[in-house]
Amino acid sequence: MPVRRPPPRAPEPPADPLSLQRDEAPDDQQEIAITPSDSASPGGTPSAGTATPAVELRGITKRFPGVVANHDIDITVQRGTVHALMGENGAGKSTLMKILYGMQKPDEGTIAIDGEQVEFSTPGDAIARGIGMVHQHFMLADNLTVWENIVLGGEKLYGIGAKAKARIRELSDQYGLDIRPDELVEDLGVADRQRVEILKVLYRGARILILDEPTAVLVPQEVDALFDNLRELKAEGVTVIFISHKLHEVLSVADAISVIRRGTTVGDADPRTVTARQLAELMVGAELPSPESRESTVTDVEMLKVEGLRIAKPDAEGVERVVLDDISLRIRKGEILGIAGVEGNGQAELVEAIMGMLPLDAGTVTLDGADLTGALTRTRREAGIGYIPEDRHRHGLLLEAPLWENRILGHVTERPNSKGLLLDPAGARADTQRIVEQYDVRTPGIEVTAASLSGGNQQKLIIGREMSHDPKLLIAAHPTRGVDVGAQAQIWEQIRSAQREGLAVLLISADLDELIGLSDTIRVIYRGALVADADPATVTAEDLGTAMTGAATGHIASDPEAVAAAQALAAEGTEAASDRGPSTDTADDEQAGE
Amino acid sequence: MTSPNPPAAEAAKRPLSQRIDLERIGLALAAPVLAVLLSVIIAGTLLAVSGRDPFDAFTIMWNYGTASDGQVAVLNKATVYYLAAAAAAFGFRMNLFNIGIEGQYKLAMMFAAFVGTQIDLPAFLQIPLLLIVAMFVGGLWASIAGLLKVYRGVSEVISTIMLNAIATAVIGVLLVPGILAPKTSGTTNSIQTAKISESSHFFSFETQGGTLWGFIVIAVLVGVVFQFTLNRTRFGFDLRATGRSESAAKASGVNVKRMVITSIVVSGALAGLVGLPELMQNTPYFGQNVQTGLGFVGISVALLGRNTPIGIAFSALLFAFLDASGAQLPTRGDYPSEIIPVIQGTIVICVVVAYELVRRFGLKRQQQKVGAELAAQAAAAAQKEVAA
Repeated sequence: MPVRRPPPRAPEPPADPLSLQRDEAPDDQQEIAITPSDSASPGGTPSAGTATPAVELRGITKRFPGVVANHDIDITVQRGTVHALMGENGAGKSTLMKILYGMQKPDEGTIAIDGEQVEFSTPGDAIARGIGMVHQHFMLADNLTVWENIVLGGEKLYGIGAKAKARIRELSDQYGLDIRPDELVEDLGVADRQRVEILKVLYRGARILILDEPTAVLVPQEVDALFDNLRELKAEGVTVIFISHKLHEVLSVADAISVIRRGTTVGDADPRTVTARQLAELMVGAELPSPESRESTVTDVEMLKVEGLRIAKPDAEGVERVVLDDISLRIRKGEILGIAGVEGNGQAELVEAIMGMLPLDAGTVTLDGADLTGALTRTRREAGIGYIPEDRHRHGLLLEAPLWENRILGHVTERPNSKGLLLDPAGARADTQRIVEQYDVRTPGIEVTAASLSGGNQQKLIIGREMSHDPKLLIAAHPTRGVDVGAQAQIWEQIRSAQREGLAVLLISADLDELIGLSDTIRVIYRGALVADADPATVTAEDLGTAMTGAATGHIASDPEAVAAAQALAAEGTEAASDRGPSTDTADDEQAGE
Repeated sequence: MTSPNPPAAEAAKRPLSQRIDLERIGLALAAPVLAVLLSVIIAGTLLAVSGRDPFDAFTIMWNYGTASDGQVAVLNKATVYYLAAAAAAFGFRMNLFNIGIEGQYKLAMMFAAFVGTQIDLPAFLQIPLLLIVAMFVGGLWASIAGLLKVYRGVSEVISTIMLNAIATAVIGVLLVPGILAPKTSGTTNSIQTAKISESSHFFSFETQGGTLWGFIVIAVLVGVVFQFTLNRTRFGFDLRATGRSESAAKASGVNVKRMVITSIVVSGALAGLVGLPELMQNTPYFGQNVQTGLGFVGISVALLGRNTPIGIAFSALLFAFLDASGAQLPTRGDYPSEIIPVIQGTIVICVVVAYELVRRFGLKRQQQKVGAELAAQAAAAAQKEVAA
């Protein structure tokens, strides 16, 4: 086991920082400016001013029920920089930011803002100290204008009238945010809404901006625009803390990088010299498996056929909104069909339509030759549809029920869960035990509640459950969302091995690299319609991103050179930190536990 | 399921699960015990403030509760409370708030009484007939709320409250001479049905403390069937799943609409039984002076008993004891019997808060335990790795 954390925070010059990071550092790491996390000396961060740092977190520890916690975190953020906070899902980034924003109190450790030690008990305290947070999920009232949204809750600052509006215009011009205060929020796109959120925070006087995974909802082009805004903010002296786990985004925008793994800081890196692969390894704490070439397992046998699916719902004003617009698709045995699209373009509805959870206005669903169009959800599940839901807490688990009851969920009519009309708790328990062992669900037992497991282990349980009933079709909606990287590789491998055995998979994912890496075919969904398709072997994430905005239709094939470049980059270990290869080294990736 | 190791795994797991259960039981008991203690303290303080000796009052209650006539009275009351609580609990288990037990049992009781006056079969047919009539009427009345909820999105809380009022009005309309009441009841002020036939009387046990209603057998049976259905049948699993998370249940294939209607009808059918002990064992007719409020007592009892068949048995006994012994307070000393509703109310408020606290505490504790165990496992694995 490599030493995870450097010894106590004496500001000694990092003579041999690498030995503190990992024992088995790749040979070329000698030149990288990875410094131990606690080197508080200004030299540790690039473009550092001589002034006191804007934010200084020292020894932050947060004990938390469950698996992920913050443990002795040290981070120094210099004023007027974009500081990226990196780490896998579940590494503890969000907890740390909630502590900085006053939403949670640390059990130990100190926070210093502009050199002054502070204690926050509510976000209000943090706002008063000039800290603002833009959440991943926007908190805007759709039916109000931009101006009203920004003023809401901040009426005392500049009033609610012309003065407020003038201030909004002034801020918008100053930071190049291009915001028109009189527009209705519901008319805005995702990127615009994000800028409104940023302006909202600036309006309240924030000089330190926390952005929680701001690019998760954006397509690549919008990401570039956001980064331009961030550079603008930085130029105006605003400090930006940017949470992400996407390597090349961070490399392109950040001035300094802190990496968190298993709840503790494992090092700082200089984005000018560090490579994506080194960063990924720092995040994962293990050498990355390389992507493997694989043979197609696609057969000619049609498993799922969806024809002319249409769902139209009237919205609040009674205007009919088409949610699914004449969707037709086929998935063959052994094929993974990936659906790309910006969230909210009908993916969730497509899944629910195939699962029988939403009534159809038109269209048919056929599984393995059997017409399921009018069938209830239970019948469809019995017919062989496995379902890994997008939101496992809402749709996949009974959080307060023990694991073995969760194993029954969704398959209550099938063996080993029941015999006739009666449950078979003994059978279900025994089979839960098997799933726990076979799918490497890390749990002390099957009587604990699902809520006490980490996200990755919950997901492994769900996958084990769905795979235990010999599904013909697996619907996997964001199967690795919120899952730690070790589990991620296992989940991918499980989907692939099932595919080899002839499973048809409908894969929905916001992670374009996951889509390109796993799918045999990709379709792009935009405003409820499948507008484009692509061969994952000949398309880049950028071109897919373009299609996701509705700008490209038909068959997309990227410039071969770009594809080759992207693949080379992927081979270098970009983006999806532990790419899509089967992981042989997962023993090193338990969730952090206190 | 066919893997070779389940028996071993099962055997190995058992002790662990039992340990967890013990702790869970301890946690579960802590809340109601604390709530009862707190309410007794509050009631005692109230008595002391009003210049009366609380210990004397509690002694009177205790002595009544331990005397055999008191015990019979408590058991008879508890039988009725148990049925009402079972009706409420069945809905609660699916997050349905059937506030309409009140109306359901009164209507059911009235129609059962009417059928009892009109039909005179041998007892082994007559009694099941009356039970079925009562359950049918109760279920039918409750189904209105279920249908409204499923097809019109009306909250069952609102609709069942309204249906209670409507039930009272319906009784007022139907319970008149010439319809459900006999025509020749000119001499009495209160309007009531005729007496039910002899064969409609339920059996009872004669004890030295008085008549113990045989309906207690029905109550026990309801409890057993309730427990079995909930924990051992597919239907029960679907019901619990829906109660825990409607969205997850829906995704798992539960037909939530049908589940809502089914469970509210079952709840109403159980509610239909509530009035029968009184009708078939005590006062053989249905009149305007029928006991009211049983539905609401049932809700309190179900809350205290945490909606489990065994829990509500204990809480029904407690409530019955408080009511029965509280009635003795004004006669055996200068104590206001109003102190009893104070105790009951405090218990319910405390226990609702306490259960929620215990639930959160238990969840958090388990998460911490799991985290700790996993960390220990990981550490052990790491050591092995180092050693290897």
